[in-house]
Amino acid sequence: MQLSTSILLTIALAPLVGCLLAGFLGKQIGRAGAHSVTILGLLVSCGLAFYVLYSLVWGGATNYNQDIYTWFAIGKYSANVGFLVDRLTAMMMVVVTFVSLLVHVYTIGYMADDPGYQRFFSYISLFTFSMLMLVMSNNFLQLFFGWEAVGLVSYLLIGFWFKRPTAIFANLKAFLVNRVGDFGFLLGISAVLYFLGSLDYATVFAAAPGLVGKTLQITANTQWDAATVICICLFIGAMGKSAQVPLHVWLPDSMEGPTPISALIHAATMVTAGIFMVARMSPLFELSDTALSFVMVIGATGALFTGLIGIVQNDIKRVVAYSTLSQLGYMTVALGVSAYAGAVFHLMTHAFFKALLFLGAGSVIIAMHHEQDMRYMGGLRKYMPITWITMWIGSLALCGVPFFSGFYSKDAIIEAVGESHRWGSHYAYFCVLIGAFVTGLYTFRQMYLTFHGKERFTVKAHHGHGHDAHHGDHHDDHGHHEPGVLEHAPHESPWVVTLPLVLLAIPSLLVGFFAVKPMLFGGWFGPAIHVNEANNVLGELGGEFHGALSMALHGFNPIGPFGLVLLAFIIQTYIYLFNPAMAGKVKSALKPLWTVLDRKYWIDDIYFAVFAKGGQKLGRLFWKAGDAAVIDGVMVDGTTAMTRRVAAGMRRLQSGYLYQYAFAMILGLILLLGGYWLFGSMPAVQ
Amino acid sequence: MIDPNLFQLICFYAFSTVAVVSALAVISLRNSVHAVLALVLTFFSTACIWMLAEAEFLAIALIVVYVGAVMVLFLFVVMMLDIDQERLREGFVRFLPVGLVVAVVMLVEMLGLIGVRVMHAQTLGANPAGASNTAWLGKALYTQYLLPFEIAALILTVGVVAAVALTLRERTGVKRQQASQQVQVNPRDRVRVVKMAAEHPADAAPAQEPKP
Amino acid sequence: MITLSHFIVLGAILFCIAVAGLFINRKNVIVLLMAIELMLLAVNINFVAFSRFGHDVAGQVFVFFILTVAAAESAIGLAILVLLFRNRSTVNVAEIDSMKG
Repeated sequence: MQLSTSILLTIALAPLVGCLLAGFLGKQIGRAGAHSVTILGLLVSCGLAFYVLYSLVWGGATNYNQDIYTWFAIGKYSANVGFLVDRLTAMMMVVVTFVSLLVHVYTIGYMADDPGYQRFFSYISLFTFSMLMLVMSNNFLQLFFGWEAVGLVSYLLIGFWFKRPTAIFANLKAFLVNRVGDFGFLLGISAVLYFLGSLDYATVFAAAPGLVGKTLQITANTQWDAATVICICLFIGAMGKSAQVPLHVWLPDSMEGPTPISALIHAATMVTAGIFMVARMSPLFELSDTALSFVMVIGATGALFTGLIGIVQNDIKRVVAYSTLSQLGYMTVALGVSAYAGAVFHLMTHAFFKALLFLGAGSVIIAMHHEQDMRYMGGLRKYMPITWITMWIGSLALCGVPFFSGFYSKDAIIEAVGESHRWGSHYAYFCVLIGAFVTGLYTFRQMYLTFHGKERFTVKAHHGHGHDAHHGDHHDDHGHHEPGVLEHAPHESPWVVTLPLVLLAIPSLLVGFFAVKPMLFGGWFGPAIHVNEANNVLGELGGEFHGALSMALHGFNPIGPFGLVLLAFIIQTYIYLFNPAMAGKVKSALKPLWTVLDRKYWIDDIYFAVFAKGGQKLGRLFWKAGDAAVIDGVMVDGTTAMTRRVAAGMRRLQSGYLYQYAFAMILGLILLLGGYWLFGSMPAVQ
Repeated sequence: MIDPNLFQLICFYAFSTVAVVSALAVISLRNSVHAVLALVLTFFSTACIWMLAEAEFLAIALIVVYVGAVMVLFLFVVMMLDIDQERLREGFVRFLPVGLVVAVVMLVEMLGLIGVRVMHAQTLGANPAGASNTAWLGKALYTQYLLPFEIAALILTVGVVAAVALTLRERTGVKRQQASQQVQVNPRDRVRVVKMAAEHPADAAPAQEPKP
Repeated sequence: MITLSHFIVLGAILFCIAVAGLFINRKNVIVLLMAIELMLLAVNINFVAFSRFGHDVAGQVFVFFILTVAAAESAIGLAILVLLFRNRSTVNVAEIDSMKG
């Protein structure tokens, strides 16, 4: 059975239609109209995505790989728009559309009072379209299109509240940092075209073994392995998009965007595009051990060190953001040890539980009237039980507690790193293991600070007037009011907010249990992911795998990741529930370490001082020396000045006196005659 | 009996001397009227030289057109305008050397370029016009050069119109006949017939005006 | 025996006299116009001579046209002169410089 082209087109285009309607006709169709059309589009898209997944897995459909439209053709190369739908794609489509659908629903509640309601819905539908084009692509060019399109929407949405300077700063930062990655990505794509002569996935992967032994001449004596160059360039793209060290700096700042965006774009889908891409390119990456080692080291570094920063953050969203960075590091490590299936599996579970955590954080933020500082929270569990329970589910999944979905993916990654013999795998193993401990530290700290312990906020006495009047300008006045003082008591969020939480909590709890066997060890992805036999760490693990239940039971091993998480749980429970003063003591005891983490290893400062300031200085230099002096001064003004000077001279010639003109004419005649006389030939007279 | 060739040569030198001297007079005389008259003399002697070259029609045309029309026009203008002759002659001496140098240099160049010696061999042969120069020229004009001839006529017309248009000015306070208005006059606008009763000398009542 | 050179040299002399006239009388527009007439005359002499010695009627036809155009030119030139004098009360070229750049 073959998948129908029209179904796939509908999946991709339904969100675009919603986006256009909500974007261009937002005024006409109103708020309800805007969210109705976009959610309807997403429903169609999501339903069909589930159908596609079903057809592929149980319906016996074959993989779909077809060009649909030729954009342009240059010589032998033609740029096509086409779809490649296999199980990897189908899984991504389901994740993207499902999370996006829930975020759409959630947004109804979260953005209820925002003046940019329609615009927001338009953007997130556009994002869904772009992301679907990215994952469904069957060639590098369309992948790049989707890649840039999601980047654009991310930029637009981080700066959604464009009146806030911090949001503008953050979206510019995200955009610029992503440019660095995209440049590498583009180089990688160019290298693919250069060496393999095509951008079509199937052609490229079929020709990939031919890359072995090819080199790129850099200087007379330096040659780089072609596969390594291609893979590292492509991975640099992934580093930008998936916020890997050292290009991770934009992700925490992107929390300036509305929370649904953080959930959808900066946790569940867009940032995992890099992971997806590398998994998709597995036939290329398998050719270069060097590139994979590079990937692994970068990922491991991110997994541990960004997690550490999360421990000292006070902003509830930033904690989750750093946790995302850390989890992306895990996925990247998995890619680096050739456990692509593990990475993609973790991508999926992470999408569910991290979206859940973000949306839960958003729910808390709504309840706290857009207060994001955890120091002014506490004891919220009795006000918002649904959020509390679902957040705990997400947190436990994040920490990798057995039976939760995160456990299966994360434990598999840690095990796979342990099995790997690639250069640097010991360092990576150390990082991911300690990372599990760090994950526990920041997750439990966040939960305790938010939902447990004493209430650290006060509710202002109700003035009796203007409930609605205050309600309307939440977004304008937050940040101005006194911290920790609320207008009203916090309360559970409306159903449009809690429903997505519940719907996300279910897969966060269960999807790992059911999916671990086929996805990790059952060769579920089929030909979509290619692993060399020598690198097949998951295959080795598969030998010890005896079902999800036994894996979970086996996971309760105090010597291992679970033990570390348990230790973290005990420490944080003691500190935050029983001895709150302890936190301050620990902080002052570890002051230097705390400073290092609080300053985020000074990476931001270095970037700011070196790249931003340096760029500014360079720009100023070019402006002063190049633009102002040379172009404006010499060329533009110089031209006019020269013209004026010449014209002033010429003007003097135009005296207006008849006899001077006559004189000039006669002079010319004399010169002409003289010239003829001296140099010319005699006029022929018969 | 004098040699006709020699006589021609003598005539040529005589006429050219007059032409050159009168041309010099044109540029050097103080009085503009005298200058115009000197120019007339130049044209006359040139016409005579053209006669020697057996271009009779053009010689007559030069006299008729130039001396008769153009020069008279010059005279009219010069005499009509009240020109301060003295001021116009200022700087005459100052510019004389420059003018002489330029003229001499040019003359030398021209003569050098012409190659006087080479052309000296060209002698006056048989007249190509045959018996009548006018017929010769007329045939060419009205056959081969008909279109340029018509265009020349057009140029002359335009010249006349332009000269009139340029110098015409609307004078204020001049009474003119308005022919069109005169034609359009209606007697009823001018004449009103008044009916009145006959005079009655008996009662000296005033005449009754009819109601309009 | 009159040769071609005689005519050509006469034309050159008259032309140069006219040029000198242009230079010397750089104030009086009337004399300038007359100098231009003189130049045209010099050119005409050459045309007539070449026509006669070259056995070609075109030269004399051309003189005819030059006479025509010169007549038109002097008519218009004098009209402009009259207009100029009416407006500026002078024919002094040195005072006519409204075309100055």
